[in-house]
Amino acid sequence: HAGVKTDLQLRNIDKVLIANRGEIACRVMRTAKKLGIRTVAVYSDADKHAMHVEMADEAYHIGPAPSAQSYLNANKILEVAKKSNSQAIHPGYGFLSENVEFCEKCADEGVIFIGPPPSAIRDMGIKSTSKAIMSSAGVPIVKGYHGEDQSIERLLAEANKIGFPLMIKAVRGGGGKGMRIAMTEDEFLSQLESAKRESLKSFGDESMLLEQYITDPRHVEVQVFADMYGNAVHLFERDCSVQRRHQKIIEEAPAPGLSEETRQALGSAAVRAAKAVGYVGAGTVEFILHRATHDFHFMEMNTRLQVEHPITEMITGTDLVEWQLRIAAGEPLPVKQEDIVRRGWAVECRIYAEEPAAGFLPRAGTLHRLTQPTPEEFVRVETGVREGQEVSVHYDPMIAKLVVWGKDRNQALAKTRRKLSEYKVAGLETNVNFLLRLAGASAFVSGDVHTAFIPQHERELFANTGEHAVLSEHRAIQAALGYIIQSQLSSTANDTWKGISVSSNAWRPNYQLRKTVHFKFNDKDIKVNVKYESAPNTYKVQVEGGEWRQVEATLTTTDLGLQLTTKVDDKTSNVGFLTYDQEVHVYDEHGQTVVHVPRAKYQSAASSESASTTNSAASPTPGVLERILVNKGDKVVKGQPLFVVIAMKMEYVVRSPRDGVVASLADVKQGDAVGKGAQIVVLETSVLMRLFDDMHTRIDNEAIVWYAFVTSLGQYPATGYRRASTGRPAASGSQRNGACCATLRRTPPPSTLRSTCKPARLDAGRERPHRSLLALVSPRADLTRLPYRSDCRRAPVPLALLSAADLILSLETAEYQNKEARRTVGAPARRPAGVATRAARTPVLV
Amino acid sequence: LVKGVRRLNATWRRYSTASVIGTEPNRNDPYYQENKAKMEELVQELRLKTSDAIKGGPEEAIKRHTSRGKLLVRDRINRLVDEGSDVLELSTLAATGMYKGQVPSAGIVTAIGKVHGHDCMIVANDATVKGGTYFPVTIKKHLRAQSIAQECRLPCIYLVDSGGAHLPDQAEVFPDREHFGRIFYNQANMSAEGIPQISVVMGSCTAGGAYIPSMSDESIIIKNQGTIFLAGPPLVKAATGEMVSAEDLGGADLHCRQSGVTDHYAQDDEHALHLARNVVANLNWNNDQKTRIYTQKVEEPVHDINDLHGIVGANIQRPFDIREVIARVVDGSRFHEFKQLYGETLVCGFASVYGHPVGVIGNNGVLQSDSALKGAHFIQLCAARKIPLLFLQNITGFMVGREAEAGGIAKNGAKMVTAVSCFKGPKITVLVGGSFGAGNYGMCGRAYSPNFLYMWPNARISIMGGPQAATVLSLVAKDKAERGGKPWTDEDEKKIRAPLEAQFEREGLPYFSTARLWDDGIVAPQDTRKVIGLSLSAALNAPFRDSKFGVFRM
Repeated sequence: HAGVKTDLQLRNIDKVLIANRGEIACRVMRTAKKLGIRTVAVYSDADKHAMHVEMADEAYHIGPAPSAQSYLNANKILEVAKKSNSQAIHPGYGFLSENVEFCEKCADEGVIFIGPPPSAIRDMGIKSTSKAIMSSAGVPIVKGYHGEDQSIERLLAEANKIGFPLMIKAVRGGGGKGMRIAMTEDEFLSQLESAKRESLKSFGDESMLLEQYITDPRHVEVQVFADMYGNAVHLFERDCSVQRRHQKIIEEAPAPGLSEETRQALGSAAVRAAKAVGYVGAGTVEFILHRATHDFHFMEMNTRLQVEHPITEMITGTDLVEWQLRIAAGEPLPVKQEDIVRRGWAVECRIYAEEPAAGFLPRAGTLHRLTQPTPEEFVRVETGVREGQEVSVHYDPMIAKLVVWGKDRNQALAKTRRKLSEYKVAGLETNVNFLLRLAGASAFVSGDVHTAFIPQHERELFANTGEHAVLSEHRAIQAALGYIIQSQLSSTANDTWKGISVSSNAWRPNYQLRKTVHFKFNDKDIKVNVKYESAPNTYKVQVEGGEWRQVEATLTTTDLGLQLTTKVDDKTSNVGFLTYDQEVHVYDEHGQTVVHVPRAKYQSAASSESASTTNSAASPTPGVLERILVNKGDKVVKGQPLFVVIAMKMEYVVRSPRDGVVASLADVKQGDAVGKGAQIVVLETSVLMRLFDDMHTRIDNEAIVWYAFVTSLGQYPATGYRRASTGRPAASGSQRNGACCATLRRTPPPSTLRSTCKPARLDAGRERPHRSLLALVSPRADLTRLPYRSDCRRAPVPLALLSAADLILSLETAEYQNKEARRTVGAPARRPAGVATRAARTPVLV
Repeated sequence: LVKGVRRLNATWRRYSTASVIGTEPNRNDPYYQENKAKMEELVQELRLKTSDAIKGGPEEAIKRHTSRGKLLVRDRINRLVDEGSDVLELSTLAATGMYKGQVPSAGIVTAIGKVHGHDCMIVANDATVKGGTYFPVTIKKHLRAQSIAQECRLPCIYLVDSGGAHLPDQAEVFPDREHFGRIFYNQANMSAEGIPQISVVMGSCTAGGAYIPSMSDESIIIKNQGTIFLAGPPLVKAATGEMVSAEDLGGADLHCRQSGVTDHYAQDDEHALHLARNVVANLNWNNDQKTRIYTQKVEEPVHDINDLHGIVGANIQRPFDIREVIARVVDGSRFHEFKQLYGETLVCGFASVYGHPVGVIGNNGVLQSDSALKGAHFIQLCAARKIPLLFLQNITGFMVGREAEAGGIAKNGAKMVTAVSCFKGPKITVLVGGSFGAGNYGMCGRAYSPNFLYMWPNARISIMGGPQAATVLSLVAKDKAERGGKPWTDEDEKKIRAPLEAQFEREGLPYFSTARLWDDGIVAPQDTRKVIGLSLSAALNAPFRDSKFGVFRM
């Protein structure tokens, strides 16, 4: 190979540009600093204050947030490299790390690209080529077809030769894109078609390869390293079988349950592979490993440093980034194969901002609270973010990697669980709980890993199933007392004058303070009664009407944030604790438990205070009418300018207080003087508006849904109604039609709502309940806080929120709609006149 | 700073070197056990009566109240004060046994609580009790709270939810100096003195009540719930024929948008209380007149405060050493006694409570000439050193008899009364036993304006003991009978004695006293230290004024 030279070709690297962000940029910088190499960071708009920017000796802005315009902007990055006199560029992983063009450009510009030669990247980037090379180098490959002939006939013939099940893969694919499985011959053509379509869309190429499909295999990869002088070593294997959405979340080294022979065979196959492509630097050879037989086949080679490289470092006592830098500088490999000793076990968990229960949907936003385990010997926390920073939508939502080493697998896993439980994150959903369950799942602990692990053990792993769905009494106590003590601490934290305090818990003369804490867990209301005892930090606590328990509780500050100590009966436990916004978090060996404390009513109402109910727009000041901007009959939306008044040289623009239709204009024209409060524009009063105005309701700023029964005659529904909070008649109007109301609930819903809309009351109408259920939303409701849900305890009534420009909002059951729709032919007139027909225009399901 | 540290160290040394007093009682002693049992009974009774009182009005009234989304009065206070902070509720048992028992706590809750760390006086109507209307005792309680606030310079927060004066009692609530009108007089004068007046209109404020928010520096009203008007809709209709809803006549919208009577518009109780807290946060209430509180380390008493039950007991004729009480109330049980060997029936000395120095004066028997002189001396010392006074009353009176009179007990007693009257620093009195006759005066009874006065459930207060009074009266009657030549039988004697003794017993009870606001509340012995601490905290909000004593007759 051309790259192989025998004399040392030392090149000086004393400044390196890291063309990446996040934890990997920080990780590379750490080693560079250790070696005395100066570091240059690049950053996008989104990363102005990112950790990697702060860590670097120099940092350069390279463009806006989208990576295509920043971290993928090869020219810009090279320009920075030149400007900063960096001799080398470390690409990290992702972004430009496997980009042949960039690699070549670096060579052209005389900048060292820390990675393999472009040819290796190119060869390994094309699946068919890579397999061909491997096959000829004696590396076992999966039975398959990697041919040029892409005709359907040929593919089908090859498929039959390989046998089913069979994998169809895009030649240029990756990350699971353009990949399909055909279980039988019948499926083949349709799956092929769909794979091609996706590949064309994602990679601009529809060449396919076919492979024998191994059911639920293991994913084992070998870390290799090669220098410019033809030397190559492997650093043992890693098992990355357990994946979600074809992406790794937990990795370990070495792979569990392999015999020494298999390990050796894997290692030497990987070294052969590296040598075959003239590899230089760090690479990973991925294999598919049969679960039972431990037969393995070459899958692909990653020509970069992998996310999970630290576990290899942990078991071999190496610093792979250091090796990368030294090899890029022209040094030979620092060790020989026989010097590389494997010891102990290492596990890496990837902490992601994502929601496992929602199909691992990524989350983005601010990490309002972030406490991570403290790094120590054999515990690495690789992170690129800090509390208060953002997980951006533009990049990978990984928050950190937790890398733990133990003497053996069990110890490593136990330590991993311990350290995972020290994670405290608020503001964003994370997969920490999921990882904890994963690392504790019996099948995982016994080493029975494979790529279908997660779907197979779904029940055990997900938060909304099984025991994870219930809040234990113990944790309810912890949440309630922690919350009370925390609010106690914060309520006086900033006060300078405190006078004399005689007790730590709310002393009262001759009686004890009682308090009820309401919160929600998994959408369920939990009520905790607390009595303050006279002894310090002592309480009596009752969860959900259960037994009263004597509890001592204290909250202390530790390096890992707040620690809550509770002694319930004779059991003392220490757990992590934090409150954020309306959330209360308790952290124990099961990870994070989050309960929600409902916001005070006024806190949600105050924001809708301005949601005016008024029908008119009046002049705010005496002045001269400058312009009227609307005409009678115009549809207006809230905030739309209606008219302009000039007074004292100031221009006042009067805006519409709500959505609606202009009913009339005052008899004034432009240039007329108007008094303060003069009603210039009047919006129409809808029937419902009148209804709500009638009520003098005390609760009009809550979102109120009025359920009313439509009589079979199709009369106007709400001739009577009940007030949500009391269930008593709110104003005049008969109960004849059994109308009643309920408070709309936000998530998390206020706890008071339960009682507001009982099925019994709904039935009181006797007029075909449910089917003709119609609900109206108060125009004063703050509809920006959607989604709402029906509070009706009985029927899972999926309510359709039907909106009309005049702010009449009605809700109908989907059931009603369906049935009506089916019956429409015969009886279209059954719909109540007015409301429902108008409402039906723009159904929005909530 | 160095100076400050030195001073603190010096202070610390002073107290830490004071000797620890008190003894460990023999808890197996039958005397102790009997005392303990009796006192525990009394404390239990106190807790029962308190738990009854804090329930508020009748159940229907409570239901009506809460169904409107309104909080009960003590829940309001709990939300107003700092989370988890202590609240010193005063005179919880006011009006006990009065008005057919229908006006628990006199329909008004007065309490000192911390809002953003500031001690505030909270006066809150209980609308579940007769619509929060003012009975004579209600007014007394309201005024008492105001006078505490004024003396201690505590910001006042009025949680108003009242139908105004209780009309059938108008003669006893309206016209006099210490009647309804005084509330507003106090508000005006406190405001003038720079003591913040804050109102939260959480229900109706009709007629006179309308002036509470109107006289306040800042006020909050709850929409669709609070109303303020001089005359309600029925009266308006009667007077002018105008028909108007309560909301239109004096609701939140009217007063926040048009009349300007109120300043803040609240959505509900919780919101209103949140706003009230904000108002306090913005008072800039640093109050440079506050007396500096020493911040030395607080030591709990060495001796168990619960022993007081066994030491004191319910029988006030049983003497006990007041030092045992002091030992269970003051920091570290440390007491630097003054003139220990002179006037031994009065125990005087220096100690600290929750880190703040206090001069303690307690009775160990009847006041003699020398003990009165000692007391007067000690009070002057505390005035000179600006140390608050704590009186622990267990006093049957000044010594009587020829010898005592000849020894000038009248003028010596007067010296102590003068000293007590003219002492202008914080004074706190606790009746731990009997409080009879002029002893009550010398030991800073209600008439001597202590900032706070509390009773233990075993305490008795009257001009003299019931049997003594009965003897006096029967002797007078016997004299009269004998002068008239009528025979005087045992029967006659009994007729006079029995009702009088019964009357004295009844009227001497702490519940009789507390019902009429002769005190600021009954406290259980084991809570005494806490109550003194909180009272002291409140009292120290006012400057420690110089005392100027009158002529001491020598």
